[in-house]
Amino acid sequence: MIKKIYFQSIFFSFLFFNEAFAAESGGMPQLNPEFWISQIFWLILTFGTMYVVLSKFILPKISNNLESRKSQILENIEAAEKQREDSEVKLKEYDEVILKSKNEAKTMFNQTREKALKDITAKKEVLDQQIDDEVNKAEKEIEALRVSAPDKINKIAIETSSELLEKLIGSGVNSSSISAIVDDLSKRNGNKYYGN
Amino acid sequence: MAANPMSQFDVYRIGPEIKVGAFDISFTNASLFMIISTVSILLVFNFGSKRNSVLPNKIQLLAELSYTFVAKMISDTAGSKAKPYFAFIFSLFMFVLFCNMFGMIPYTFTVTSHIIVTFILAAFIFIGVTVIGFIKHGFGYLKLFVPSGVPAVLLPLIVVIEIISYLSRPISLSVRLFANMMAGHTMMKVFGGFVISLGLVGGWLPLSFSVALTGLEILVAFLQAYVFAILTCIYLNDALNLHH
Repeated sequence: MIKKIYFQSIFFSFLFFNEAFAAESGGMPQLNPEFWISQIFWLILTFGTMYVVLSKFILPKISNNLESRKSQILENIEAAEKQREDSEVKLKEYDEVILKSKNEAKTMFNQTREKALKDITAKKEVLDQQIDDEVNKAEKEIEALRVSAPDKINKIAIETSSELLEKLIGSGVNSSSISAIVDDLSKRNGNKYYGN
Repeated sequence: MAANPMSQFDVYRIGPEIKVGAFDISFTNASLFMIISTVSILLVFNFGSKRNSVLPNKIQLLAELSYTFVAKMISDTAGSKAKPYFAFIFSLFMFVLFCNMFGMIPYTFTVTSHIIVTFILAAFIFIGVTVIGFIKHGFGYLKLFVPSGVPAVLLPLIVVIEIISYLSRPISLSVRLFANMMAGHTMMKVFGGFVISLGLVGGWLPLSFSVALTGLEILVAFLQAYVFAILTCIYLNDALNLHH
C-alpha cells in the first residue's frame, strides 16, 4: 500500500510542480546546464581523490587487518587444539601411572602376605616338630615306666611280703621262694591290673 | 522559495566565480556536498582501518563489514576476475551511498539527484567496461551482441536489440539513480508543504506520511547505491567473462 501511495504521490507531485513551474521559467534545475561543467569538474576531483586514497592507503589496510585477524584466529584455534591434545596425553600418562602404582601395591601386598604365611607355616612346622619330639619322649618315658613298673612292683611286693612274714612269723623266710610266689601271683593277676 | 519543491535541487555558487578558460568551475553547494561525502568516507574508513584489534570496535566493524559486503557482492556477481576493480566499485558504492544519505538530512543538497553527476559516473563505467571488454577479448567482445542458440532468422533483430540495450546502459543506470533521488526528495518536500498548508488541524496525516517516507527514502538511498554498484558489477561481469 505504501508503494502505491508512493507512486501515486510521485505522479501527483509531478503534476504539482509542472503547474507551479508553468509560471516560472526553468523547470527542473537539473536540466539547467549552467553548473554542469563545475559539477563534472568537482565530481572528478573529489571522486578521483577518494578513489586514490581508498585504493592506495585504506583498503589494503582493511584487507590486511581482515587477513591477519583470520590467520590469528586460526593460529589460536590450532594452539588450543594442540594444548588439548597435550593435556589428553598427560591425562593418559597420569592414568597409566596410577594403574602401575595400583598394580605395584597389589603385588607388594601379595608378596608380604605370602612371606608372612611362609613364616607362619615354618614356625608352625618347627613347633609341631618340637611338640612331636616331646610327645615321643614322653611316650618313651611312659613306655619305659610301664615296662619297669611290674618289676618294681614285684620287688616291692617281695620286700613287703618278706618283711610282713618276718614280723608275723618271727623268722626269716627264703626270699627266693617268696619271689617265686609273687611272680606267680602277679602273672595270674597281671591281666587284672594292666589290662593287657 | 521554500514552497517550491524543486528549489532544493538548485545549484548555487559558494564564493567567487572560478573560470578556467571558457569553463566555469566555481565552487557550488554540489561541490560542497561532494567534498563532505568524500571526506566523511575517508574519515570513517581511515579510523576503521587504523587499529587492528582482534575484537573490533564499532567503527572498525563498520569499515570491515562494508569491505566484506562489497567484496562478497563483487565475487558473487562478477567472479574472482573482478578483484582488480574492487577499489573502484567500493568507492563508487560508498560515494553514491554517502551522497544519498547526506541528502536525507534536512536542508542539505543531494549530489546524486542531478542527472549530470549520475550520467558522468554511468558514462565512465560504460566506457571503462567497454574498454576492458575489448582489451580482454579483442573483437570477440562483439559476440556479446550475438546470443547463442538464436535462430538465424531472428538474429538481425536480436543483434539490433542487444546493441540498443547495451548503448542504453549508461542512460538507464544514470536515470534510475537520478530519478529515484529526485522523486523521493520532491515528494518529501511536497508532503512537507502539505503539513504547512493544512496546518494544525489536517497537517497530521501528511506529517505521518512524511515520517514514513523518511524511512522509505533511507531504504531507497541504500538500495539505489546497491543497485548502482551491482549493475556495475554485472556490466563488468559481461566484459570479463563473455557468456554469450
